[in-house]
Amino acid sequence: MTTTGVAAAPSRRRASAGPRRRRRREAALGYLLVLPAVAAFAIFVFYPFFNNFRLALYQTPPVPGLPSRYVGLHQAGHVLFSNAYGFPGSLLTTIVFVVLVVPVSLLIGLGLAVAAHRRLRGIGVYRMIFSSTVVSSVAVAALVFGTLMNPVVGFLPWLGINPTPPLLQNPTWALPAVAVMTIWQFLGLSFIIMSAGLQSLPDEILEAARIDGASAWTRFWRITVPMLSPTIFFALVVGTIYAFQSFGQIDILIPFRNLPANLHVNVLIYNVVNTLTQENNTGVAAVMSIALFVLTLLVTLLQMRFLESRVHYGR
Amino acid sequence: MAADRTTSAVAPETTRAAISSDARRARRSRRYRLTGSYTVLTVSAIVVVLPLYITVVNSLLKEDQIAHQPPPLFPFHPQWHNYSIAWTQGNLGFYIRNSLIMTVCIVIAQLVTSILAGYAFAFLRFPFRRTLFLVCLATLMIPFEVTFITNLTTVTSAGLFNTYAGLAVPFLATGFGIFLLRQAFLQIPKDLQEAALLDGYGHWRFMARVAVPLARPSVAALGVFAFLAAWNQYLWPLVATGGTTPLDTVQIGLKQLYGTQADQINVALAGAIIAFVPLLILLLIFQKQLVRSLTAGAVK
Repeated sequence: MTTTGVAAAPSRRRASAGPRRRRRREAALGYLLVLPAVAAFAIFVFYPFFNNFRLALYQTPPVPGLPSRYVGLHQAGHVLFSNAYGFPGSLLTTIVFVVLVVPVSLLIGLGLAVAAHRRLRGIGVYRMIFSSTVVSSVAVAALVFGTLMNPVVGFLPWLGINPTPPLLQNPTWALPAVAVMTIWQFLGLSFIIMSAGLQSLPDEILEAARIDGASAWTRFWRITVPMLSPTIFFALVVGTIYAFQSFGQIDILIPFRNLPANLHVNVLIYNVVNTLTQENNTGVAAVMSIALFVLTLLVTLLQMRFLESRVHYGR
Repeated sequence: MAADRTTSAVAPETTRAAISSDARRARRSRRYRLTGSYTVLTVSAIVVVLPLYITVVNSLLKEDQIAHQPPPLFPFHPQWHNYSIAWTQGNLGFYIRNSLIMTVCIVIAQLVTSILAGYAFAFLRFPFRRTLFLVCLATLMIPFEVTFITNLTTVTSAGLFNTYAGLAVPFLATGFGIFLLRQAFLQIPKDLQEAALLDGYGHWRFMARVAVPLARPSVAALGVFAFLAAWNQYLWPLVATGGTTPLDTVQIGLKQLYGTQADQINVALAGAIIAFVPLLILLLIFQKQLVRSLTAGAVK
């Protein structure tokens, strides 16, 4: 890796080239190196993003093959403010889902991180176990929990928990059941983020509080949580976006084709995908996906504005 | 690593005056605390692992054992052929191959585009460098859930629907990777670059021989992260293959297995374990790199 070892002949070209020409060559190389990434972004991120706004203005024909009709903002208004495509319900379900998933998984992740923040023999094994759910895909998690919540196979009937209709077809319990699975799956990431935050904290303050006789409970709420607030804030944003994008587990566990109207699992992303792939309604799907984007953006910005003022950044 | 001062601070006192009752009490309370810690940790670990453990047990049961009440807690007659059924009849072998091809393509492409762009943003001067970097970062604000509608049309009209290329092509570059590697390259001292230039190194040679090797931890972190993200993808493989073809990835394959063979839950669960194990191995080997990439941005 040493650079002095290779004694190559000094570049004659470089010596003779004027500084302006050298600058131009450097700039050309710069553009060349950036080109692949920027081209990929242009085609697969920015173009589709802006195209969404165009698609939202056109009404998809009821029969494929016919040209789509320009309807301006009429379609967007119809989707957003009426119940024609279930958008208001989806929005509410999404928010409920976030509330069910995010706080619990952050708390458990933080609790596990605090428990594992010790120098004990074998602590590496525990850390590995707590992080392990991060590598589980939504499909794996769905199969694991789908079986656990199965009305015939799982442990639930044995424990006497056997609601009718079964858990995942139950209007009251379907969404919480999916939330439990999502919490488990997000636990690993929550733990990893919280652990990294804890490790960056100075131990002296906690130690001083301990010597002053503060209980573990007090130390946790009065010192660890406030000092960790930047990390918790980051995990909150990550977790919320993660919950917004939860699609696979619902898609696997609750088939769209026989989705009962009163089963409130139709989160926004689920609605977008099925409007596109099952009903082939590109225009409506585009409107709802823009809403999902705005929601994501809003949450990120709101959290930044309101939490950052209260977050403790001192080190 | 953060030491546990609560236990280590007590240790010197206990050794110095082991006879005094004070010290004995301290030692005893330390032992209680230690037992308490292990109890809490072990119980939590069991709760976290239990769903997976039950899955492994169920995947090894006979069909008629699965609905048995109370559910068996240990597979006394492990049915290993559930795994071979999942692999052959459940097409898991094909799905795993598809996932591997797609994942490796995405990982290599993301590493290359991120290294090139990250290098340019860190070492080269050119007009609009800052603007272009911000453009790359802006992609992080646009979730894939918003872009996949048009991407599906793009890929289909390019004739790439239900092909490996179509599976990989929307993920050739990543703003996160560019950011991560630019940061790593900026850590490299300026003197080193000047010395290399004096030795006649061009930018390509400096990148390959000095910059990338020095940024290896970040390159590895990005590689592991990209692998995890690509392997576990669900939405795009579902829509980009139609969700019912042999070109499905392992995640979509699990959906097929779970949906079509309702009476063979044990086989579907064997499939889930097969899909999970490669990533568990990845975690065991690359835990440090994975944690590094997942927490980039969490701790400043």
